[in-house]
Amino acid sequence: MHEIFGIPPQALFGQLLLGLINGSFYATLSLGLAIIFGLLNIINFTHGAQYMMGAFVAWMLLNWLGLNYWAALVIAPVLVGAFGVLIERTMLRHLYKLDHLYGLLLTFGLALIIQGVFRNYFGSSGLPYRIPDALRGGTDLGFMFMPNYRGWVIAVSLVVCLVTWFVIEKTKLGAYLRAATENPPLVQAFGINVPRMVTLTYGFGVALAAFSGVLAAPIYQVSPQMGADLIIVVFAVVVIGGMGSIMGAILTGFGLGVIEGLTKVFYPEASATVIFVVMAIVLLVKPAGLFGRVR
Amino acid sequence: MAEPMLSVKGLNAWYGESHILHGVDFDVRQGEVVTLLGRNGAGKTTTMKSIMGLVGRRSGSILFEAGETIGLPAYKIARLGIAFCPEERGIFASLDVAENLMLPPAIGEGGMTVETIFELFPNLRERLSSQGTKLSGGEQQMLAIGRILRTGARLLLLDEPTEGLAPVIVQQIGHTIHRLKKEGFTILLVEQNFRFAATVADRHYVMEHGRIVDEIANDALAANMEKLHEYLGV
Repeated sequence: MHEIFGIPPQALFGQLLLGLINGSFYATLSLGLAIIFGLLNIINFTHGAQYMMGAFVAWMLLNWLGLNYWAALVIAPVLVGAFGVLIERTMLRHLYKLDHLYGLLLTFGLALIIQGVFRNYFGSSGLPYRIPDALRGGTDLGFMFMPNYRGWVIAVSLVVCLVTWFVIEKTKLGAYLRAATENPPLVQAFGINVPRMVTLTYGFGVALAAFSGVLAAPIYQVSPQMGADLIIVVFAVVVIGGMGSIMGAILTGFGLGVIEGLTKVFYPEASATVIFVVMAIVLLVKPAGLFGRVR
Repeated sequence: MAEPMLSVKGLNAWYGESHILHGVDFDVRQGEVVTLLGRNGAGKTTTMKSIMGLVGRRSGSILFEAGETIGLPAYKIARLGIAFCPEERGIFASLDVAENLMLPPAIGEGGMTVETIFELFPNLRERLSSQGTKLSGGEQQMLAIGRILRTGARLLLLDEPTEGLAPVIVQQIGHTIHRLKKEGFTILLVEQNFRFAATVADRHYVMEHGRIVDEIANDALAANMEKLHEYLGV
């Protein structure tokens, strides 16, 4: 059997695939964070908990109501998004005029509370969630064996990210969002209900996290800690990509997933830290991030 | 005389702790062009922003077409038919020229067609796919005025539309204001340049320290020149 750079191709492509899977979650989550930060000026530390809630809602729908994965893919983001709307209406709304730090503290506190509540009721060992029947098994791509569910996660994440990008960059609704990100009072003076737009944007960002959570449920254990583990890396991704660029968040998310995967092949010892090393280098060279604009 | 279109009475406004407007009173009648003159810091822009609902705290009364607007949020005031063109022009950098132009939603019947706007400002047609802030200052001002003509708003608030522009562009803006008046728009104009104001306005109000201190009809401007020089410190 031949090798690539001294590595069996199976291992290389296997890690590449794993990298793309992680990249799918990085991209979708950092996309939501970037949208929320752009319009609300809030660093949403609750994002990981909201991702975890998406997975748990999927688990509850299946085990308590018998609603399958496909239903959960729609219902969980709607429910968790509605929860986000409630948080925005009752709490975040009061912080917009204050320093970033207040939003960060509030959302961090909320994340701890939400994780604590779930740990209390579900324990911390994690619950299994079955891969839906239609996506069981795998496909032989010739150069590697691809589990169908993993291919699905990558494809659907990519589609969701690109559709979001399209809506924000190429439609009228997106033009309102971009304009309100720059100058909310003026957009308001044109007759647009900006506070409602802010609420819905937060709800959408949260729903995106919950959607990711549902996608993650069959791959990882559904556990209260699942978001907290991921969100630190996602914040590094956002810092590397730069706040405020939609395509930047998507590209950086997938790119860093791949870099992480490749590091696992070539120098496994560094795989847990490579993203943070990249972050440090990017911050030294381009403090605003790869795609960020200084504001 | 008909009811004024806009009637401001006893308007007070604050930015945070600082009290900016101390009881502003004036009227704008349907179809008029009225200016607010005054030195920097007299409260002209704040008056405009208060009418638009963009100032944190305000009190008094602002009647638009006999309806009270003082307690309304900005987006509701806009939907009554008032449009605002801010001093800094407010062109969005993340939108191209076409998106900037089409951004304000229509709030009523009878807005200008995009074709008519291009007739007024032919430069815009050539630059539709440019980034909004890549335009020259004059073109940005045209875009800022052009985009509020589409919406069907009948009262236009223009905050220093000639500031920092070349004389030939100032002239073009002057022609535009005449044209808009002919088309039935009512315009409230904030100006520092009273020579420009004199070429377009029916009446002038002079502001000092957050109050209206004088009202001068445009045809009485020559007779009041000395007084005006004193007010404006020119």
